[in-house]
Amino acid sequence: MKKWQCMVCGFIYDEAHGLPEEGIAPGTRWEDIPENWACPDCGAAKADFEMVEIKAAV
Amino acid sequence: MPPGFFTGDDMHPIVIIGTGLAGYTTARELRKLDKDAPLTLISADDGRFYYKPMLSNAYAQNKTPEQLATQDVAQMQTQLNATILAHARVTSIDAARHTLICEGKALEYSRLVLALGADPMRAPLQGDAADQVLAVNDLADYARLRQALEGGKNVAIIGAGLIGCEFANDLCGVGFTVHVIDPNPAPLNQLLPEAAGAQLRAALMKAGARWHANSNAVSVNRAHDAYLVTLSDGTVLDVDVVLSAIGLKPRVTLAQQSGIKINRGIVTDRYLRTSTPDVYALGDCAEVEGLVLPFVTPIMHAARALAKTLAGTPTPVVYPAMPVVVKTPAYPIVVSPPPADVPGAWQVSESEEGVRALFYDAQQHLHGFALTGKATSEKLALTQQLPPLLA
Repeated sequence: MKKWQCMVCGFIYDEAHGLPEEGIAPGTRWEDIPENWACPDCGAAKADFEMVEIKAAV
Repeated sequence: MPPGFFTGDDMHPIVIIGTGLAGYTTARELRKLDKDAPLTLISADDGRFYYKPMLSNAYAQNKTPEQLATQDVAQMQTQLNATILAHARVTSIDAARHTLICEGKALEYSRLVLALGADPMRAPLQGDAADQVLAVNDLADYARLRQALEGGKNVAIIGAGLIGCEFANDLCGVGFTVHVIDPNPAPLNQLLPEAAGAQLRAALMKAGARWHANSNAVSVNRAHDAYLVTLSDGTVLDVDVVLSAIGLKPRVTLAQQSGIKINRGIVTDRYLRTSTPDVYALGDCAEVEGLVLPFVTPIMHAARALAKTLAGTPTPVVYPAMPVVVKTPAYPIVVSPPPADVPGAWQVSESEEGVRALFYDAQQHLHGFALTGKATSEKLALTQQLPPLLA
């Protein structure tokens, strides 16, 4: 499972968690999210996200 | 190409004045459609990219201005394949000649985008330290606030709107004694029904805020190492920092002096065209079809439409309903304020889950909502029931 970060506001989409409140089930892979989906925090386009490796919280 | 859109040659660059979210997002969106069109951005500051909404909740996370700036100007130039003029101000626009004057030099443009932002409104304060009241509107302001808070304990915040409440929550969270001064009985007066505002006030007070409702700050004076803030009810507060957050005023002077029509903001149509050919405006400086919306989501929609127009496909901006999430973790709120011109009334229900306020017109059509606490989970479902703000 990967994490993707919004380049504009820093919001992180975690494939493992999905976004149940937006109807995206846990485990939904990034490539399966619709292209017209937008960042829930700032409205940036899906194309404005990049994959990031995020270290486990200390 | 319909009449009224650019038909000249592209010898001169598209010029964007402003490198906030509006300017940079327009440039980024344009580059998705046209990788090579000459593009110049002009910035009054250092041109670093940062996400402005973070300024009001970065302090408690101990974020430095450097950490908030995710890209510097050199990175932005490379990413956008653009020329970026930093620390540069535009003093005039000669629309007939498609020329502007920047730092004394003439610069010709094919299309011009005004992404100038807004200035914080200043309360009319008396006293010998009225000019030392801070307002946080950009990264440099945030750096000043951090410095001012160093070693301090007591903060006065003037204004209990979005930014004032977010700062109050953030600073209470790290142990400051925060005095909130607001002329209204409850916070977020322009966005929320009073029942929800009262709950937010209670939560912030529980987090440590001292509330001075129905009052104004009258004067700020220097005393020993602190400031004395006198309120309209005679109360005197002894604080280390005074922060003003009473709203934003679109930057319209440059447009006005250049003969571009202004009202509250720089007036544009659905295509973000100003009254002057080939000059566009968006973001906090703009009044799009009568709407001044100093929030992130409208900027994103406007920038995408404008990028298409600049790339040769005239595209009107469409605004869906755009709920605003208030960054007050002490009391989560999401609100989609009803349009000012829609008559109707709030229907408010309160439970342990939070406040659920729905704004209906006479025909029982939903036009806005405010949700707090656990009720915020209904955001998406309710947003889908709202009509678009600009269809």
